[in-house]
Amino acid sequence: MAAKGIVVVKEEWCKGCNICAAVCPTQVLKLDKVRAVMTVAHPEKCIGCKQCEMICPDFCIYVFTPEEYEEIASA
Amino acid sequence: MGTPIPMEKIIEKKPYFKYLRLDKMPTIWCPGCGIGQAFRAACMALDELGISNDQVAMVSGIGCSSRTPGYFDGFTLHTTHGRALTFATGLKLSKPELTTLVFTGDGDALAIGGNHFIHAARRNIDLTVVLINNWIYGMTGGQVSPTTPEGAYATTTPYGNYEPQFDIARVAIAAGATYVARGTAYHAMELKKLIMDGIKHKGFALIEVLSPCTIVYGRKNRMSIEEMYFWFKENTIPVKAWEKLPEEKRAGKIPRGVLYHDDSRPEYCEVYWNKVKQLSGGE
Ligand SMILES: Cc1ncc(C[n+]2csc(CCOP(=O)(O)OP(=O)(O)O)c2C)c(N)n1
Ligand code: SF4
Ligand code: SF4
Ligand code: SF4
Ligand SMILES: [Mg+2]
Repeated sequence: MAAKGIVVVKEEWCKGCNICAAVCPTQVLKLDKVRAVMTVAHPEKCIGCKQCEMICPDFCIYVFTPEEYEEIASA
Repeated sequence: MGTPIPMEKIIEKKPYFKYLRLDKMPTIWCPGCGIGQAFRAACMALDELGISNDQVAMVSGIGCSSRTPGYFDGFTLHTTHGRALTFATGLKLSKPELTTLVFTGDGDALAIGGNHFIHAARRNIDLTVVLINNWIYGMTGGQVSPTTPEGAYATTTPYGNYEPQFDIARVAIAAGATYVARGTAYHAMELKKLIMDGIKHKGFALIEVLSPCTIVYGRKNRMSIEEMYFWFKENTIPVKAWEKLPEEKRAGKIPRGVLYHDDSRPEYCEVYWNKVKQLSGGE
């Protein structure tokens, strides 16, 4: 199934608190414990609910619709 | 994935990012600290209300929560411990047209600043106060505060806190605040709405934000970051549902939402400037 959301992590701001992964209903996210940054381990499972983006206290995880992502990535 | 998308592109899709001082990020706050949540909610509220960067001021005292203006791209005033509301009162009186937010902490607003807190509420001055209640003095390493829960550990209560806890909302209502709400760092969209309504309200608006001090309080009380966030989810209830609960089921549960709202009292700046006008012969 195609992902409904495209997740992007801004690694320079991420503190590896793991709360985004804890609220993700479909286990898209996985913490890289060595570097203490969040990674998108299963992008295909994303349902685009934005719960990760809304709970991140550090403004560093973004969810786009596939169309939005297309638009900004191609620009 | 980690695709480095230029920040301008992100701002295009997330318009509330225009209130961030991007060059100051990442913030100084510890991993998982809930202050960032309250800050985001405030930015989203301002964006949704269409308030531009030069129409808003953010004032704070001292504490981790009071570091917020450092990341805010608007007028900012980072003042002395406990005095956020006194500086904000002066600012608002001289520039009533500025939307004025105050970021403060449980220690800043209720311990050293407790006196200013009750009098700002009593005057019903048009400020929107976002009070980060993390139950502790985070910045100075974890001393007990007026809101530390009974039994909880702080550096100054090694045997557990034996003092009763302030109920911030009840203090504010008793002192004269005309909009009093409580949200949490877990309930992001609800918090945005509460702050929005607080900004729209003409009078003293207090939004208490239950927020995890993940590193200091969390470590002292053996709670992980996730446990702290989920604690808010499990132990707070929307106020409408809370009101319907029988007394015995309310124990240990905290109501959230708008707890008090009164539009009947005059706002302080209006009273003041009307008086000035009257005394100066109507000019
Ligand atoms: C006059 C004065 N007294 C004491 C201090 C030390 N001090 C700095 S922050 C703080 C407590 C902050 O607690 P709170 O307002 O709850 O903020 P938090 O860090 O928890 O967000 C204290 C006592 C100070 N800076 N100035
Ligand atoms: S948008 Fe929802 S499903 Fe996708 S990663 Fe974030 S929390 Fe998980
Ligand atoms: S919530 Fe934000 S800071 Fe925390 S791990 Fe996720 S992306 Fe990183
Ligand atoms: S000490 Fe506590 S309140 Fe301060 S930044 Fe760290 S987690 Fe947040
Ligand atoms: Mg505090």
